[in-house]
Amino acid sequence: MLDRGKLLTADDAAPTDRSIGGGVAHVYAPVRLWHWANAAAILVLSLTGYLIGTGTPAMKGEASRNFLFGYIRFAHFAAGYVASVGFLLRIYWALMGNAHAIQIFCVPLWRGCFWREVYQEILWYAFLTGDPDRRPGHDRLAQLAMFFMFTQTITFMVVTGFALYGQGAGTDSWQYKVFGWLFSIWPNSQDVHTLHHLGLWVIVMFALVHIYAVIREDIISRRSFFSKKIG
Amino acid sequence: MDDATETFYSVIRRQGITRRSFHKFCSVTAASLGLGSLTASNIAHALETKPRVPVIWLHGLECTCCSESFIRSAHPLIKDALLSMISLDYDDTIMAAAGHQAEAILEETRAKYKGRYVLAVEGNPPLKEGGMFCIDGGKPFVEKLRWMAEGAMAIIAWGTCASWGCVQAAKPNPTGAAPIDKVITDKPIIKVPGCPPIAEIMSGLVTFIVTFGKLPELDRQGRPSMFYSERIHDKCYRRSHFDAGQFVEEWDDRYVRKGYCLYKMGCKGPTTYNACSAVRWNGGVSFPVQSGHGCLGCSEDGFWDKGSFYDRLTTIKQFGIEENADKIGMAAAGVLGLTVAAHAAVTAVKRLTHKPDRAAGKGKPS
Repeated sequence: MLDRGKLLTADDAAPTDRSIGGGVAHVYAPVRLWHWANAAAILVLSLTGYLIGTGTPAMKGEASRNFLFGYIRFAHFAAGYVASVGFLLRIYWALMGNAHAIQIFCVPLWRGCFWREVYQEILWYAFLTGDPDRRPGHDRLAQLAMFFMFTQTITFMVVTGFALYGQGAGTDSWQYKVFGWLFSIWPNSQDVHTLHHLGLWVIVMFALVHIYAVIREDIISRRSFFSKKIG
Repeated sequence: MDDATETFYSVIRRQGITRRSFHKFCSVTAASLGLGSLTASNIAHALETKPRVPVIWLHGLECTCCSESFIRSAHPLIKDALLSMISLDYDDTIMAAAGHQAEAILEETRAKYKGRYVLAVEGNPPLKEGGMFCIDGGKPFVEKLRWMAEGAMAIIAWGTCASWGCVQAAKPNPTGAAPIDKVITDKPIIKVPGCPPIAEIMSGLVTFIVTFGKLPELDRQGRPSMFYSERIHDKCYRRSHFDAGQFVEEWDDRYVRKGYCLYKMGCKGPTTYNACSAVRWNGGVSFPVQSGHGCLGCSEDGFWDKGSFYDRLTTIKQFGIEENADKIGMAAAGVLGLTVAAHAAVTAVKRLTHKPDRAAGKGKPS
């Protein structure tokens, strides 16, 4: 495993590394696989999560003949496991994969050049400047958004999700044993439910910006990040 | 206070209760604590040999609903618990002594049974202004509490007041009311939350301590696990309607009559740890959900400060207006969506107006 210093160097050097030319598939393949598994899981989690939060319209017939809410919750929990395991694999890949793989986990906020690039990109998105430098990997604003809106939120959602699941599974379940410490911070799990809901909306907002930025980038700068991921 | 050294058995024999009734009581208590059949004889043995445990019951800022609940205990009957099992040396609500006589009992118990008596606290102390908002026996309650806690074996925090703070500690909490564990940090504290706690839980807990001479297993929050390890939701008799997706929508719709799940009406059952749905109330007659109203979550931390009793999400006040997480999230996503749309529009306009420029300047693939 790489040590931390090396990772940071790699992370910092990544955007100027122009030597990846034709190896796009090799650079992105595991991340791309994770991206779509994760996107599907998040789509299921968001829809079922919203339904679990608000409740469904009443089903007709006896309770013994219906299990709608049970199925919705099952889908939520199953997708939660997929997203969690995927996220763990993604962390593994961040440590073992190429230099770009760690970009969503480690943002060099302490580097002056990082902020200069952010400034350039803000000008670009505010229509105040022409074409910015094109580099492989995420651009700096995307990196910021991924770290603060996606990586941190998904970590929070996994932890709160398993803690809430542990309440249902019982105080002797491994989920409660591993994640039950959360209820030392928020003794009333109603607060955890509320924060878990807020997390959903952060993810929704991230998805909005993310999808817009990718499509826009694809059309305007022909960077073809989007079409490569689809294709 | 010499009678505190005699056993439970000698006391009830003196009251004319037969040995047969005594063993019946032991069996019923063992059953109500969820213990095996052998434990009945253990309880009998303990009550025959162990000296009665002196209990001091203090009242701080409270409404006496815990006492009201306690005296309605059916298993064991409260008269058994009060007159025979424990030696309730001091409880200013129901004791005969008053004034200086009553205060003298505190001194005496504290000196005579140092480290052996149980301090049961109903309500909590206010801490602001040196505790002057609650004066008990001529001095601030918080001082009395600290003083009595010093010599106690353990402290029982009765109700949500003593466990979490309850209504007097709700925002803005002008008196600085604080739960017991914020004041006493060096003694084992058993939290028995609920507003009030269920009578059978209270008397069951006292029976446990008296019988086994030790504290029951406590959970992460300091509550006895045998009563607080499951949520109302986990044993709710309407749970099948929850899993089926059958919810009450309005308080007067036909689903109310069908007894559907009250989840959409803001029932706090899924976030509330208590034994209401298992033990129920008033000798097992009913509990809130059974009588048609959602759980308020009265045994949970800060339940007064979590917004409406009819909303499952905590009200978030930091945004200036009182809204819940979903409304805030939806509004934020909506604003962001509009921003994105506007940005897209500007991009399109720019692109159309500057098309020749861009076409000339671009053209390099990734």
